[in-house]
Amino acid sequence: MSVYEEIGGEAAMAAAVDVFYRKVLQDDRIKHFFEGVDMDKQAAKQKAFLTMALGGPHNYTGEDMRKGHAHLVAKGLNDSHFDAVMEHLGATLTELKVPAHLIAQAAAIAESTRNDVLGK
Amino acid sequence: MPKVIYSGQSFECGEQSVLDCLTSQGVQIPSSCHSGLCHTCMVQAVSGEIPKKAQSGLKDTLVAQNCFLPCVCYPEGDIEVTLYDGGLDRLEATVTDLRNLSADILGIRLKPSRAFDYRAGQFINVFKDENTVRSYSLASVPSLDEELFLNVRKVPNGVVSGWIFDHLKAGDTVTISEAGGECFYVPGKPEQNILLIGTGSGLAPLYGIIRDALHSGHKGKVSLYHGCNTAPELYLVDELRKLAQTYLNFSYTPCISQGEVPQDCVSGMVLDVALAANPALSGWRAFLCGHPEMVKSAKQKTFFAGVSMSEIFADPF
Repeated sequence: MSVYEEIGGEAAMAAAVDVFYRKVLQDDRIKHFFEGVDMDKQAAKQKAFLTMALGGPHNYTGEDMRKGHAHLVAKGLNDSHFDAVMEHLGATLTELKVPAHLIAQAAAIAESTRNDVLGK
Repeated sequence: MPKVIYSGQSFECGEQSVLDCLTSQGVQIPSSCHSGLCHTCMVQAVSGEIPKKAQSGLKDTLVAQNCFLPCVCYPEGDIEVTLYDGGLDRLEATVTDLRNLSADILGIRLKPSRAFDYRAGQFINVFKDENTVRSYSLASVPSLDEELFLNVRKVPNGVVSGWIFDHLKAGDTVTISEAGGECFYVPGKPEQNILLIGTGSGLAPLYGIIRDALHSGHKGKVSLYHGCNTAPELYLVDELRKLAQTYLNFSYTPCISQGEVPQDCVSGMVLDVALAANPALSGWRAFLCGHPEMVKSAKQKTFFAGVSMSEIFADPF
């Protein structure tokens, strides 16, 4: 069973996205990447990211990750920003009382996208 | 075998998703995740049963309009599909009443020439001519008002508002569109508290939404904050005060940001006043209408104060 299923699947996602997206938007290190972006559309993407990190159903490929973030890499997206997002992912799951070993699993999946996201 | 009907054509769906069925037939629908997450491919059902899974994660107002995600839709029966807001049909309407609500806001009542389905808070387009169109929010409520009610603000050098103020009169016929937009009240959570923040003629959709909610038996708080620069710009004041006397869960706070502040108004920017009075908004629903900068800021601030993204409904204009 994936972490996604263990924490309650789709139904648990709405709450998780709220917690996660709030953290991201309030973080001075990375919030400028989200300025001017429609919040609803952005929240849907945050949800897609969380679902993927939790091992839920998705069809994103490494190539999609590259294309989807290329405009941000051009604006200076780098490892320090990726680290900030990883931090918020962990904090969000901790806040939602997800057991530590499952958080580690989610972090490993998210970590595996680093090179594609950063266009390396 | 279920069929997918689109634009007058019928396609065998088989075991495919509705999205795959349509795109394999050459229908252009933008899509991204193919997992029901990104909402890029959202379409609207005209008829037929929508499987529950195909609406999971969508806002209540989108579900209420039969929107769904075709990438995760495996229909059991025939389903007819259209692109979302893929064009609102036009119709004629007769102007039945025009009166000033304040110096720069005109209240217009319109009688559509045919049956007209809408929800309070949605918008319609008003056509001055073929190429000159503006959107106006509906302040009327289908179950309470016989006619459509718009609040038109006189925009300096505004082509359409100028025409409405200077030339339109009772008895005239105008071309309007069907109603669109997703800023409206959906019943089903009667105990939920609702915060409504509007500036200027952003009161129009809120006035409809509030009356819709109260008459639907909403039990939670319904708290309206209406902001204007100066006190004479406030409008529908008597109607709103009367409503607050009738419904004890409804409160009306007019906010004035410049000039003299009457005793029964609060001094300050409407968003600041509303958030100072309601700093913890977890579990609330929020409607935010009016000045684009205010709406943008309000979306973020109400979200930070605890409103879920899926419970924020906004209409900047």
